Amino acid sequence: MPVQNSSALTVTLPSDLEILMTREFDAPRRLVFEAMTKPEYVARWWGCSGSTMPVCEMDFRVGGSWRFVLRMADGQEFGFHGVYQEIVPPEKVVSTECYEEPEFGNPEWLATMRLEDLGERTRMTTLVLHKSVEARNGHLQSGMEAGAGQTFDRLAELLASMR
Amino acid sequence: MTQDVLSTTFAALADPTRRAILARLAGGEATVSELAEPFEMSLPAVSKHLKVLERAGLIARGREAQWRPCRIEAGPLKQVSEWVERYRSCWEESFTRLDAVLAEMKEKEKQNARTK
Repeated sequence: MPVQNSSALTVTLPSDLEILMTREFDAPRRLVFEAMTKPEYVARWWGCSGSTMPVCEMDFRVGGSWRFVLRMADGQEFGFHGVYQEIVPPEKVVSTECYEEPEFGNPEWLATMRLEDLGERTRMTTLVLHKSVEARNGHLQSGMEAGAGQTFDRLAELLASMR
Repeated sequence: MTQDVLSTTFAALADPTRRAILARLAGGEATVSELAEPFEMSLPAVSKHLKVLERAGLIARGREAQWRPCRIEAGPLKQVSEWVERYRSCWEESFTRLDAVLAEMKEKEKQNARTK
């Protein structure tokens, strides 16, 4: 089992339709909020290994839309877009997110990102809510594009995470 | 693993009793009556849960008519946990880059405070 420090990202499946991510950052909340909501910062961290972000448009206001395009090392491009539903600086952003992939039916989900003030540190929780179990599972499957991860049996951990 | 099989796996895992049964079987084989014991449940009710788990390929049952001990089949669960792990590692890469951006922002603030 991997050694987990408090900064490690945890991913759990609270229900059939949800994915929950939790992680801590070593920075005050207002800075984390800024880094997550301004395109000049987002373009520097969002994406997968070896990807660049040729498009990072964010009309950051309720009802405003955003669009990201990721370009992989092999030249393949993946588009994402959505509309901001709720913004409460510096603690909460709710947005729709659509993965532009007709082959997968352009799946769309609702992401609720919350930042908890821990003083010099910040805890982020992001809850992704899908419309169907199939869409949720497809979203998890898309993580496989990241390539070979470690493969080990984490049965007990998985069962615990589903409680 | 096809989408259908995965959905069956998730559906089977959605029930807390079935997860408890799997957790018990992770510790070794057990008969239906042994599995029923901690749940205060009738044997037919436990059998029903076992059938769902068996159809999802999460457990296998012995052929001896009387005992039919159940054992866990790790394959599908391992697939699910690997999917979750790969999703996690992709996002972890992003957040590690975000850590670097945040460190830089903090440093810049410190410098600005000093020059003021």
